[in-house]
Amino acid sequence: MLLLRAIGLMFLLTMASLLPSKAAEADLRATIAKFADASGFSATEAVVRELTASGDPAVERPLSALADGNLYIRKSDSQVFVGKEAGDGIELLDPLSGEKAADAAKTDLTKIKVNNGLRRTIRDALGTLTLRAKDASARLAAAMTMFKTPDAANIEPLDAAIAAETDPGVKTLFEQARAASVLVSDKPEADKLAAIPIIAARGDRDALSLLTSVDANAQGAVKDAANAAIGHINSKLALWDAGQNIWYGISLGSVLLLAAIGLAITFGVMGVINMAHGEMVMLGAYTTFVVQQVIRTSFPGLFDWSLVIALPLAFLVAGLVGLAIERGIIRFLYGRPLETLLATWGVSLILQQAVRTIFGPTNQEVGNPSWMSGSFDVGQLAITWNRLWILVFALAVFAVLLYVMKRTPWGLQMRAVTANRRMAASMGIRTPWVDALTFALGSGIAGIAGVALSQIDNVSPNLGRGYIIDSFMVVVFGGVGNLWGTLVGAFSLGIVNKFLEPYAGAVLGKIVVLVLIILFIQKRPRGLFALKGRAVEA
Amino acid sequence: MRGNFAKITKILSAGVVAAGLLASASARAAEDTIKVGILHSLSGTMAISETTLKDVMLMLIDEQNAKGGLLGKKLEAVVVDPASNWPLFAEKARELISKDKVAAVFGCWTSVSRKSVLPVFSELDNILFYPVQYEGEESERNVFYTGAAPNQQAIPAVDYLMSADGGSVKRWVLEGTDYVYPRTTNKILEAYLKAKGVPAEDIMVNYTPFGFSDWQTEVSAIKKFGSAGKKTAVVSTVNGDANVPFYKELGNQGIKAEDIPVMAFSVGEEELAGLDTGPLVGHLAAWNYFESVDTPANKKFIDDWHKFIKNDKRTTNDPMEAHYIGFNMWVKAVEKAGTTDPDKVIDAMVGVSVPNLTGGYSTMMPNHHITKPVLIGEIQADGQFETVSQTPGLVMGDEWSDYLPDSKDLISDWRAPLSCGNFNVKTGKCGGKGTN
Repeated sequence: MLLLRAIGLMFLLTMASLLPSKAAEADLRATIAKFADASGFSATEAVVRELTASGDPAVERPLSALADGNLYIRKSDSQVFVGKEAGDGIELLDPLSGEKAADAAKTDLTKIKVNNGLRRTIRDALGTLTLRAKDASARLAAAMTMFKTPDAANIEPLDAAIAAETDPGVKTLFEQARAASVLVSDKPEADKLAAIPIIAARGDRDALSLLTSVDANAQGAVKDAANAAIGHINSKLALWDAGQNIWYGISLGSVLLLAAIGLAITFGVMGVINMAHGEMVMLGAYTTFVVQQVIRTSFPGLFDWSLVIALPLAFLVAGLVGLAIERGIIRFLYGRPLETLLATWGVSLILQQAVRTIFGPTNQEVGNPSWMSGSFDVGQLAITWNRLWILVFALAVFAVLLYVMKRTPWGLQMRAVTANRRMAASMGIRTPWVDALTFALGSGIAGIAGVALSQIDNVSPNLGRGYIIDSFMVVVFGGVGNLWGTLVGAFSLGIVNKFLEPYAGAVLGKIVVLVLIILFIQKRPRGLFALKGRAVEA
Repeated sequence: MRGNFAKITKILSAGVVAAGLLASASARAAEDTIKVGILHSLSGTMAISETTLKDVMLMLIDEQNAKGGLLGKKLEAVVVDPASNWPLFAEKARELISKDKVAAVFGCWTSVSRKSVLPVFSELDNILFYPVQYEGEESERNVFYTGAAPNQQAIPAVDYLMSADGGSVKRWVLEGTDYVYPRTTNKILEAYLKAKGVPAEDIMVNYTPFGFSDWQTEVSAIKKFGSAGKKTAVVSTVNGDANVPFYKELGNQGIKAEDIPVMAFSVGEEELAGLDTGPLVGHLAAWNYFESVDTPANKKFIDDWHKFIKNDKRTTNDPMEAHYIGFNMWVKAVEKAGTTDPDKVIDAMVGVSVPNLTGGYSTMMPNHHITKPVLIGEIQADGQFETVSQTPGLVMGDEWSDYLPDSKDLISDWRAPLSCGNFNVKTGKCGGKGTN
């Protein structure tokens, strides 16, 4: 019987939204017109409340436009429109029907201002209005909003919505939202006690937040039940926290690995103290910026591919610059580490200032392609896509590099030259060219690291500065000359760092890690995985 | 042989002529122009922020020259590059004053660079205009502070968040970069919040290193702190470069401004220019100027700036306005004193009033700070700020915070009889010490 009534009600509602009566529409238009006279946020909020009070789903369009800052008043006749950017001007749409009404220049329009308070009001209002939306994700969003802003008045519409809901996932959320609303209402204690386990079953921070505020205001059995639920959620979250620290550590480790892996070649394999390593990373990031710039102006459809296109280019750019540095400077300085250090430091300053002169000193905007934005949840763990992709990418680069070093003739020559230069030369290997190409490879890898790092850091001339010390730390810790050492070194430093951070804070955490590394080097001067053989003695 | 000799004589004589020309040029410059020093880093880490200020100074000097200069003479800019190196700031300041004989210097960004040049300015008795918001706890005879003191930015920002409009915030995260400005500002804010009845467990203070880029732990700590059932906000004194990854992480972890707003004191239009602002809409910043302020003076300023820099995408920001105000004040004070002699100009500066870009007048107060309106803005999708709150009147810069026990009894008045930057009203003596 209830179901029948609910279906009937829904039918009526659908009919009403399909054929808004002329009178109702005129009323809505009259209300929307009031936005033009509303000065100040509280006046605008009053109009919003009046619109939502109508209960008409048609108000969703103007309200969400308002929340997004797209509701405009035309200066000439004070009419209210939904605006859509179109080239230099703005396309004006009818606030109710959404049909195109006119075009206008930006100067002819006044944007209706919104602040956070107003956005919250609109979000809450839309929550109640979209409970019955056809789109399941819209209903889900509505349920989430209602859960976060529980209100005794929500119980009735939620009851109706639960009865009509067919999607089990959405239904659970509706029930949780209803339970939240029950807790803040003046319903009898028994209802509230029944509501607490429903909320506790969520087990997340939102549930914790709600229960804590209930706990602060309740008495007696409800308070005890809320307390027990909070304790339960907290102990579960503590486990998730540990998992989260590990994930953050792995993610930081992957960034360190990316930054250091090029250095593992130039410093680790060749023994060149390359202070300009960070600038190779920076050049890679700027290559990404240039690629995106070209794509934005000429091929906007390709934006999601920008990083893939930038990768080989960044490798080439940084690799060529590396080749030039090796041929131009470093080859004259082999065996003189101090001079190499100073010379490459000078090169790094020159590169920084060159980029500053060409691109300007300010940060450049490098956009995230859609597949690198946002996050997804694993239990209570929020994993951001960009970090996940960077981890995958770092491991892929590592695997390719390992293959090149161990399985290709070029890698064999590289290792031969490192192990015993004179013997390699006697065997007919052109050691100067192997040196040059190895250095170019290390630089090129730093360049593709720059492509990835442009996604999480500033693209500015100073980008490389932030990574150079960390990179040296990783390579020295992991063991000079050993790629596996770099991998293990990067991940262990990342994880140790992230476990220290919540307790010691970011500043102290870094210091502690540095002290630990110094102590470790005292004990094992050659790092985690020491290279054995003549090369080390040489 | 002869040919060679002739060549040498030619080179020598050319050199002599050139030297003579140079000498006469510099002699003429000393007579006919007034030199203005610009002490901003054009290379190194701070170049990102300071280069723009150098450019805006050049523009202001050009404009003044187009208006006929000052005291019948042309202004001449002397630009030096202290390269983000704090001791070099002091050296370059000395060079500007002793060698180039500038009448005033406009410069510095970080507090540490300002502290490094202070002794030079008092020893050689010249004038420094400092255009950036800072932590206060200082008032020097030779320095004019045209940026905001904490009470012109931090305190009104917190007041706004506490108000119903700002969301009646009850729990506070004070997130900052680990150096003097955030530490002092947070000390003041903590004392202020406690005075307003916020319990200690509702305040979380956290610092990160310069240029920090891995914000995952910090942002999830903020999320955790915010899930205690009370409205939470973040007050951020995170500096320059570290902001971009901070906001990216906030966006990625889904922290929305409606739930946990972030109020920033060091994020302006310039910082947002390197960022996709879509996920940041609604986060806040407190300044004394926004590019979006709709006044005729601001429109003209922006147009002039775009023409000068030949790029109409370049933004304007708060420290640029501070230089605009400071430069105009200096021009007015020089005209009032009838000379560029620093001693006379310093005395003439107090009480000088010039229009600011937000539609009012800013006045130099006896404590060498100026009056300004305080604006709270929300970040918009186009990288601009929308003003959501503005102090009803002008706020006078308070150099010695009333909320710190060490400095609450101190005042500063550089006018004739008192002429002291740290007068203790309790003991009646000049020479009190503040917090740092």
